Amino acid sequence: MTHAAVAASAMRPPFPAERGVDVYNKKLGMWVFLGSEVMFFTALIGSYVILRFGAPGPWALPGKVLNIPVTAFNTFLLICSSVSMVKAYAAIANGDQKWLKIWFGLTILCGAGFVSVQAYEYTHLIHHGFLPSGYRDGSELAELAAANPVMYGQAVAGLYGSTFFTMTGFHGFHVTCGVISMLYLYVTRVLPGKYTKDDHAGVEVVGLYWHFVDLVWIILFTIVYLI
Amino acid sequence: MTTAAAPQAAPHAGHAPMGFWRKYIFSTDHKIIGIQFLFVSLFFLLVGGFLAMQIRWQLGFPGRPMPGGGILPETMAPGGVILPEYYIQLVTMHGTFMVFFAIMPLLVGVFANFLIPLKLGAHDMAFPRINMWSFWTAFLAGMIMLAGFFVPDGAARAGWTSYAPLSARPDLSGASYGQMLWCISLVCLGLSSILGSLNYITTVINNRAPGMTWFRMPLSVWALFITAILGLLALPVLSGAAIMLLFDQTIGTHFFDPAAGGQALLWQHLFWFFGHPEVYILILPAMGMVSDIIANGSRKPIFGYHSMVFAIVGIAFLGWMVWGHHMFVSGMNPTLGSTFMVSTLIIAVPSAIKVFNWMGTMWRGNLHFHVPMLNAVGFVAMFVIGGLSGIYMAATPLDMFIHDTYFIVAHIHYVLFGGSLFALFGAITYWYPKMFGRVMSERWGKIHFWLTLLFYNCTFFPMHIYGMGGAMRRIYDPTQYDFLKPYQPLNQFITISAFLLFATQLIFFVNFWWSLFKGKKAEQNPWHDNGLEWTLPSPAPHGNWERVPTVYRGPYEFSSPEVAEDYLPQTRKLPTDREPVLAPVAGD
Repeated sequence: MTHAAVAASAMRPPFPAERGVDVYNKKLGMWVFLGSEVMFFTALIGSYVILRFGAPGPWALPGKVLNIPVTAFNTFLLICSSVSMVKAYAAIANGDQKWLKIWFGLTILCGAGFVSVQAYEYTHLIHHGFLPSGYRDGSELAELAAANPVMYGQAVAGLYGSTFFTMTGFHGFHVTCGVISMLYLYVTRVLPGKYTKDDHAGVEVVGLYWHFVDLVWIILFTIVYLI
Repeated sequence: MTTAAAPQAAPHAGHAPMGFWRKYIFSTDHKIIGIQFLFVSLFFLLVGGFLAMQIRWQLGFPGRPMPGGGILPETMAPGGVILPEYYIQLVTMHGTFMVFFAIMPLLVGVFANFLIPLKLGAHDMAFPRINMWSFWTAFLAGMIMLAGFFVPDGAARAGWTSYAPLSARPDLSGASYGQMLWCISLVCLGLSSILGSLNYITTVINNRAPGMTWFRMPLSVWALFITAILGLLALPVLSGAAIMLLFDQTIGTHFFDPAAGGQALLWQHLFWFFGHPEVYILILPAMGMVSDIIANGSRKPIFGYHSMVFAIVGIAFLGWMVWGHHMFVSGMNPTLGSTFMVSTLIIAVPSAIKVFNWMGTMWRGNLHFHVPMLNAVGFVAMFVIGGLSGIYMAATPLDMFIHDTYFIVAHIHYVLFGGSLFALFGAITYWYPKMFGRVMSERWGKIHFWLTLLFYNCTFFPMHIYGMGGAMRRIYDPTQYDFLKPYQPLNQFITISAFLLFATQLIFFVNFWWSLFKGKKAEQNPWHDNGLEWTLPSPAPHGNWERVPTVYRGPYEFSSPEVAEDYLPQTRKLPTDREPVLAPVAGD
């Protein structure tokens, strides 16, 4: 970047530097940033594991509180968006503007769809009485839990709500950030056709982030919804 | 960042002139950002110092009206007498400001920004605009923290470690907004540190000048690089923990509330999992800069350069597995405690390597005791005392006795004030000419150093004795305990020394500001050093170099027999030197 005149391609390491890794700055920076993201989600997921396995009562059974089919569809949507992101990258690596626009747009749509389904899920859960603080008194869920304290993990409902909303909420926040930045790139770079066969760093870097967010979701879906 | 590739963004000396706002406020120049961090964190250092003086007044003269304390509102100090609720705010905010907003930004924000591109021969950071955001996020975090004093119920009251459930429940701590602001501020600070760290790491890996191989990097850059890795991986854990704590306070989650199945100990584990790497964030850059200054002041190559690098890496690595030594009395499994004890004791090895290498560097050197050198040697001496008491309290049985006493307070101040802050006084004086183009007063620098050394030891050394006598930290009134009454004269001695220590720091501040306008004009290389930054004019221009310099050797070639001078700059080509060969770019 500092040698714009020299570096015709933004995707090469800065020249003339002593090369550490053969990766251009933006990509390396994103990898380093993802390292810190790993630690952030590790703090949340690690706390969940400790709280769940140290909990003073049984955890709610899978599927009792959360709607697994809807979320499974959502997971599918997010995985599809990762595939379309790969296709978008492959398209522009071949210099194909048209398919970049299609696949990149599809990625944004899938990402936005994920956030929308999650918003629907949240309102649904809160309506039924599932809150970050546990089951709301007098709600449908609270009555079910009173009848079946073990199945609904009544004793530790507070922990269930705390960990569920914090983990999925922060993941949703990351997806939202991803969708917004992709939308920004779509309007300012993809549609005007500014990405070329030799310079498509933005697609690759935002793609890295997108795959990471997808990966985190697969872990979260497994440990929060399925077990 | 995508638009920054436009040709006009290529920064070099012939850069188009910019307005005041772009040049000094929303600057993307790493040197200006470093200087912004310097001013802001010196301000917070002063704030933290003011809070400390109030703490000392209360401990030395409990129940007596504080001079000038009448200006404080009734809720803090009616008639100048400090209330217990205000006292715990003072203790909490002193620790928080000093650790997060004074020492950490002074070391990392100022010197990582200022030194990394200059010492590596880069035009700027890898991501100048992210760098600017990093500063402004940190500034915002500081303002949010400071705002705590102005909300109802006052600032956070749970100590700088913010142990749950006290911090998680406003009904226990008595401060709701203050605790929330504490959490929000630290989340902002975490974001700032992550943005900074990814910049430093990318710059060090990718933007080194030709010939600047890994093992030709100055130890300051090595230390800042490893520190950036620590910050990158440790701060997100603090952010995560602070977010959970904030949710406990606001939206009714139960992470740290044992009454609902949460775990109070979880907070301690998360906090110290961040907190111990943080300890090394606060000392490694100081060690690196002291290495540079001691080699310069001794006019000798640094002793054991490679072992110094591996010691930094070793300390950073071990720093990840010792957090439990802060929690020996928390009810943790004693077997686990022994593991943490052993890993903690092992850290003494790389630390001792560094201390012996500094002594080896000075041994039979041609010693020049300029102000930075004095402070660097002061750092080594004080760090040895703080390090030895660290080994001492790493032993579980001993720590059970001295845990949460003034012995611990003495230890942390020996490593943070005696260690980091002495190194900072040295480093600021050392790189001041390159920052501002003027030299700080040598005479006042020396007076400041000797008085600080004296009053600093008078303040903090007796705390060891006071702590061994059983004085708990964070108590409001020591005279209410019979067993502490005999120590009260000692306590008053500490208080008076602390006031003198604070007054001495004003010398530094006056020297700093006076030299900014009236100091002697600096030459290009006032310390006759080898680093790349000294090949630039003082102050260095925006964009640093017209052409990237070529590096032929390491940074510590002092008193080389090959040249007449007693220093040999990294960029000077001798007839025997070969041009560095670049690996071909992939795809060419």
